[in-house]
Amino acid sequence: MDIQFTPEDLAFQKDVRAFLADNLTDEIRGGYVGGHVDPGVMIRWQKILNKQGWAAPNWPESYGGTGWSITQKYIFENECAEAGAPAVVPFGLKMVAPVIYSFGSDEQKQRFLPDILDSNVWWCQGYSEPGAGSDLASLQTKAVLDGDHYVVNGQKIWTTYAQHADWIFCLVRTSSEGKHQQGISFLLIDMKTPGVEVRKIDSIDNQHTLNEVFFDNVKVPVENLIGEENKGWTYAKVLLTHERTAIAGVASSKKALHKLKEFAANERVGSGSLADDPLFNAKLAKIEIDLMALEYTELRAIASVSAGAAPGPESSILKIRGTEIQQQVSELAVEAGGHYSHVMNDGEAVGNDVAWTSSAKYLYGRAATIYGGSNEVQKNIIAKMVLGL
Amino acid sequence: MNFTLSEEQTLLKDSVAKYIQNEYSYETRQKIIKTDAGYSAENWSTFAELGWLCVPFSEDEGGIGGGPIETMIMMEELGKGLVVEPYLSSVIIGGALLSKAGTAEQKAEWISGIIEGTKKVSFAYNESQARFDLHNVETSAVKSAEGYVVNGSKSVVLHGASADGLIVSVRTSGDSLDADGISLLLIPVNADGVSVKTTRTLDGHRAAEVSFTNVTVAAEALMGTEGKAASVIDAVADEAMLALCAEAVGAMEKLYKDTVAYTKERKQFGVAISIFQALQHRMVDMFTAHEQCKSLLLRAVLSYDAGDVDAAKNIAALKYQIGVSGQQVAHEAVQIHGGMGMTDEMSVGMYLKRINVINTLFGNADYHLQRFIAM
Repeated sequence: MDIQFTPEDLAFQKDVRAFLADNLTDEIRGGYVGGHVDPGVMIRWQKILNKQGWAAPNWPESYGGTGWSITQKYIFENECAEAGAPAVVPFGLKMVAPVIYSFGSDEQKQRFLPDILDSNVWWCQGYSEPGAGSDLASLQTKAVLDGDHYVVNGQKIWTTYAQHADWIFCLVRTSSEGKHQQGISFLLIDMKTPGVEVRKIDSIDNQHTLNEVFFDNVKVPVENLIGEENKGWTYAKVLLTHERTAIAGVASSKKALHKLKEFAANERVGSGSLADDPLFNAKLAKIEIDLMALEYTELRAIASVSAGAAPGPESSILKIRGTEIQQQVSELAVEAGGHYSHVMNDGEAVGNDVAWTSSAKYLYGRAATIYGGSNEVQKNIIAKMVLGL
Repeated sequence: MNFTLSEEQTLLKDSVAKYIQNEYSYETRQKIIKTDAGYSAENWSTFAELGWLCVPFSEDEGGIGGGPIETMIMMEELGKGLVVEPYLSSVIIGGALLSKAGTAEQKAEWISGIIEGTKKVSFAYNESQARFDLHNVETSAVKSAEGYVVNGSKSVVLHGASADGLIVSVRTSGDSLDADGISLLLIPVNADGVSVKTTRTLDGHRAAEVSFTNVTVAAEALMGTEGKAASVIDAVADEAMLALCAEAVGAMEKLYKDTVAYTKERKQFGVAISIFQALQHRMVDMFTAHEQCKSLLLRAVLSYDAGDVDAAKNIAALKYQIGVSGQQVAHEAVQIHGGMGMTDEMSVGMYLKRINVINTLFGNADYHLQRFIAM
C-alpha cells in the first residue's frame, strides 16, 4: 500500500501541465454560456485533446485509448480540472463508445469510433420516456423489423442537447414477450432521418438543454443494431456503469470548491471577507472533507478494476455521493453569491462570475441526483447487489 | 498508487480476525469487563505470544518494524471485536512515546517489557481544564536535587490503574497554555505521592483519576529534551487518532453488517423487515458512511506513512468524519434493531458506546473541524 508518485508519474504531470499551458487558451477556458460550457468550445477542446492522443483515457488502447495507469489518469483529470479545462462531450466518448467497442461489429467500430474520438459527430442518449423513468425497462418506443430496416415509432424525453445531436443511441422495444428487460434492443439512429422531431423543453435554469425526441415511422437500417436483437438491456447496463462512474465528477467538484474559496476570500463583507464567516467556513469544510473521502473512494474503485477485479462495493456509492456533493457545492455558491446570485444569467454578466452563474449551475444541478438512475434507484441497487437485501 | 496489502500484512490481518472470530465473542468480552482488572491477563499473554505487542516497534527495539499501515490493520480488526485489552493505550500510545522520546535505558527496560507482555504504560496527558488542548498543561515538575518534584492531577487516564508506568506530561517552564516548557516524565505508578483512583468507562474500558502530591522523581525519568515535548506529544496524538479511527472503521463495518443480518431474520407483519425500503435505504446510508470513512482512513494513513505535508490535515478531516459518521451508523443500528438495540444482551449498544468514547478521545468532531478550517 502506498500513494507515492513515481519519478515517471511526476514527469507525466509535468508533460500534462506543459500541454495545458500551450493549448488551453483563455478563450476555451472561459467558454461558458450561462453556467454551461458552450458546445462549440467542448468540441474544439476535444479535437485538441485528440490531436495529442489524449481524448479517451478510459478506452482500450487498441481503439485509441491512452494506456495510462490509474495514477496517470488521476493526474490528468486533476490537472485538467485545476487548469479550468472544459468537460469533453460525454455522450459519444463516455456513453455510447464503450457499448460500441464492447458489443459492436468491426464495421460499426470503424464507422463510429474515429468520429467519436475527434468529436466530429454529436451524440445524444435516447433512454428515458414519458412512462419510463426510474423504471427504464418499461420503455415503449417500438422498432419493428421490415426487410432490411427497422421502423421506429415512439417518444424519448429529457434528451440532453438533442438540438445539437447528429445521432441518437436508443433503447427500443423489439419484443413484448417475457420480462420487460428481455425485449429491448440497442439501436443507433441518424437524427436527420425523416420522421425524427426534436422539441425543446424549458427547464428551471432558463437554458435549453433538455428536449423531447419523437419518432414517426423512422426507417433505421438493420446494420445500425448493436449486437443481437433483444439483448439491448445487457449492453445498456454496461453503459450505465460507465455513466455512473463518470458522473461522480470529483475533479470538477474540487475545482468548483477552490473557486468558491477564492471567491469567499475576495468577497468584501464589512471590514473583512466572506472567508471570515465561521458558519460559511464550516459548511465549506464539511463539503471538502466529503470530497476528500470520495476522491479516495474513486481511487479505490479504479484500482480494483484495473487490477482485473470486478468493481468493489465502494464503486456503487460514487454516483450517489458524487452528485450530492456537486449539489452541495452549487448550493453554497448561491449562498456565497448573495444578491447577485438572483440576477438572471441571460444577458451581460453582472457582478462576479461565480455569483452570476451560481443559480444556473444550482438549478441545473438538481438534475444530477435524478439522471443516470435517480439516487433512490441507486440505493435500491446497492441494497440488492451489495447488501443482499 | 496501490491499495493492496502485502503478504505479511494479509497474514497479520487474518491472524487478528481469526482470533476475534474464535476467541473473543461478545459474551466472553462481557465477562472480562465485569472483572476487577477490566481486561484479561491471559489474553494479554496470548497477544504477546502471537507477536501483536511488538508490531509497531522497530527491529532494533525488538519489534517487526510495523508502521501506520500495520497499526491500521490491527486496530480495524480489534475494533470489530470491541477488544478491551489496553493495546491502544500501552502499545500504540505508550510505545510511540517511548520510541520517539525514551532514553536508551528507558527503551531497554520498558519497550522490552511491553513486547514480552510483562509491563504496561499509560499516557497521563489529560487535565480537566484542558478539554482537548494537549498543550494546556498545569501539572508542574520543579527541579530539585534528585531530579523533579511533581504536583498536579491528570484526568481519565486510559487504563491508568493497570499500568506499571505512567508517562506524564508536565510543565517545567512557561505558562499553562504554552507549547514550550512541556516535558515528559516516566513515573512508576506505585511511586510515593501518586494516587490512582480507577473508574469504569461507558464502553467497558477502565480509566483513572491520577494525582501527584510532591512526588519526587529522579532526573533519569525525563524522556527527551526538557521543555520540548510538545512536538512529540503532537506526533503521538496523530498516531493515536489514526489507530482510534481504524478501530472505529472496524466497528462501523461490524455494525452495518450485523444490522443487515438482523433485518433478514426479524419478522414483522408476516415478513422479514429487510424488505422494507425505508430500512433498506437507511442501511445503504450506513454502508456508504463506512466506505467513505474507510477512504478517509486510507488517505490519512497512507499520507502519514509517506510523510506528506497534508498528513495532519488529512488526520483532522478523518477524526471529524469518524465522529459524525460513527455516531450516525451506531444510532441507525440501534434504531433498526428496535427494542433489542436497547438491550445489553446484543452488542450494538456497546459499539455505540465505544464509538462515542472514540469521538471524544484526542478531540471530538467539532474540535477537529475547527482545526481543519484553520489549517
